[in-house]
Amino acid sequence: MFERIFKSKSVLSMSPIEMTLSYILLIGWAIVCLFPIYWLAVTSLKLPIDVNMGPYYVPFVDFEPSGHAWEYILAGDLARDTRRNYANTVVVASVSAVIALILGTAAAYALTRFDYNPKLGAIGLFILCLALGIILVVIGVPWLLALVLIIALFIILLQTIGKRFKRSLGNSDIAFWLISQRMLPPVAVVIPIYIMFQFLGNAIGVRLLDTRFALIITYIAVNLPIVIWLMRDYFLTIPIELEECAAIDGASRYRTFVSIVLPLSLPGLVATFLFILVFAWNEYLLALFLSGAKSQTLPLTVAAQNATRGPQWWYMSVLILIMIIPVILIAIALERFIARGLLVGAVKG
Amino acid sequence: MEQPGLWGRVQRRFEGSANSVFIWPAILMVLFLSIFPLIISLYLAFSRLKFVPGGFEIKFVGLANFRKLLVGTEKNHFLGKTSHPSLLGWLLFVLFVGLLLLFLLRYIRGSEFSIGGLIFRGVIVAVLTLFAWLVIQTLSPGGRPGTMVITWVYVFVGIAIQYTLGLGLALLVTQPLPGRRFFRVVFLLPMMITPVGVAYMFRMMTDTDKGPLQPIWQAMGLGLYSWVTDPWGARSAVMIGDIWQWTPFMFIVLLAALEAQSIEQREAALVDGANRWQILRNITMPQIFPVSLTLVLIRMIEAFKIVDLPNVLTNGGPGTATESLTLHSWISWRTLDIGGSAAIAYSLLLVVTFFGIAYVNILRTRVAE
Repeated sequence: MFERIFKSKSVLSMSPIEMTLSYILLIGWAIVCLFPIYWLAVTSLKLPIDVNMGPYYVPFVDFEPSGHAWEYILAGDLARDTRRNYANTVVVASVSAVIALILGTAAAYALTRFDYNPKLGAIGLFILCLALGIILVVIGVPWLLALVLIIALFIILLQTIGKRFKRSLGNSDIAFWLISQRMLPPVAVVIPIYIMFQFLGNAIGVRLLDTRFALIITYIAVNLPIVIWLMRDYFLTIPIELEECAAIDGASRYRTFVSIVLPLSLPGLVATFLFILVFAWNEYLLALFLSGAKSQTLPLTVAAQNATRGPQWWYMSVLILIMIIPVILIAIALERFIARGLLVGAVKG
Repeated sequence: MEQPGLWGRVQRRFEGSANSVFIWPAILMVLFLSIFPLIISLYLAFSRLKFVPGGFEIKFVGLANFRKLLVGTEKNHFLGKTSHPSLLGWLLFVLFVGLLLLFLLRYIRGSEFSIGGLIFRGVIVAVLTLFAWLVIQTLSPGGRPGTMVITWVYVFVGIAIQYTLGLGLALLVTQPLPGRRFFRVVFLLPMMITPVGVAYMFRMMTDTDKGPLQPIWQAMGLGLYSWVTDPWGARSAVMIGDIWQWTPFMFIVLLAALEAQSIEQREAALVDGANRWQILRNITMPQIFPVSLTLVLIRMIEAFKIVDLPNVLTNGGPGTATESLTLHSWISWRTLDIGGSAAIAYSLLLVVTFFGIAYVNILRTRVAE
């Protein structure tokens, strides 16, 4: 009898016992994923007194639902801020994700298809000149003069002693350098970035602080390494023969990249885009420092609901819910592309 | 080739420099925002902020900030309180060192042996031994882990669980089950919530008095127990939140990798009589190994910077039990010890870089074999 149950049509299909077990596990984890979100939804409908009295689970049964939190966030006192911050979040996240995807994909492609041999000495020279330039600015030399001086110094040194540099790095070193730029905690990075933006604002007159632009460029730089690492693994799968064929037919590098490589790697592109969109959408610490009243994003609004009277759970829940809805919709729309394979490259490469 | 005009020359020139055109925008972008902060915070790590009439001045103090962390007033906070390891601690330590020596021995016997490589690996083994000694000493009874060790616990325990869970779930939803697309989207949800939001959400969840899990706690007779007043309870709460949020990242990438592998190989193995466990171990795992490497590296780098959860959930407490390095740096920064804060950040950078380099070099070369 067991024989009959276990014997199935395809070698890969599952026995009923395995199937039941799988469903129990799947539903179990689905509950783990969904329950906190359900709790948010319930909390958003509660009056403060219901939240503080104890755990109530089902609206209308345990407690009388109230729309006061939704009203406060969407139509009441906070509505103007919510709308403005929502617009900021949408603009900053989408623009930075798109640009990071474009730049990162190009760089990832370059790292898999070309050989780079940056000279170790030249890099050291560059850092030396840069440090010198910063010291010059700190001791009071006008920044424009310092810039010209160090660029001139760098070029002269590179031309004269540059040919002696033998030791060079490879593509994997460049990739590691890129990922290493994410290693310093944001707490340490954010003050210097703030100072830098302030300096650029004072010296050149490009006002950056409290603008969407500042957040956009910061997020691009922060997300680029992730794009490059994920896409690099992906590009390795695409057979190089296809590109060689295109080159023989007379297509330029750019043409090959746009009309052959990109369509083939669409699933990876889509999934990577989803990641960096979510990261930029949810980023908190950098936004906290670099944005002011005008360019605030939603994570800050969520954190701001922790008022002097303790966390305002009901407002917070509403904000978190309205924040995840667009991302979930995008994820549902893009899921079919992801399923076909992100990082296939590393598997077959 | 039939275009000798100016436009043609420009085009050819452009074509010839394709490699630069592709990579430089990204490099410059990262360089623009990373070099300056790196230098400034390095300078701050060696200096002390002092308030003087009419503002503040930054005074260069050399290694004082690091000395404070490693042997001075902040030592207990940063490295923890050491005590003599128990028997189990000794056993674990010997086992770990044995594994490291085995790794070194295998390299010496291997074909790619070189003196430089041996020195490089020797340094890695020595530092790892030192780290292991610190972990064993501070985690044994009587000791107290500092922020450094707590961060390692978060990173390594968290990633191990996230990877296992993510892989298990990905394996489940690649089975031909009806409704699996629904589960795929649902399993992604935790990643979509802003980390600050997750932190506050888990503060609700871990509230044993008014939180939704209160009846379960009551039933277990733990009605008076509070997660956040017990050091390991608070640490587990932080880790559970982290696992909840980041398992989806592991899940989706592994899922895609699993979807990409060919089905024929598995079918052939099944026909030959292999069981599921053998297939997983001998066919699936080697195929997804490279992806797993990239994935774990990315997660490791991100996990070292954990700050939102301990900050919101427990504010680093009880005492300093749940403080991660980033939170430690953040708290120093808030108390205007800018130099100390930068020194912690730089210690973190050194540690992450060390683990990153060790990880990439040891494991990548094994994949290449």
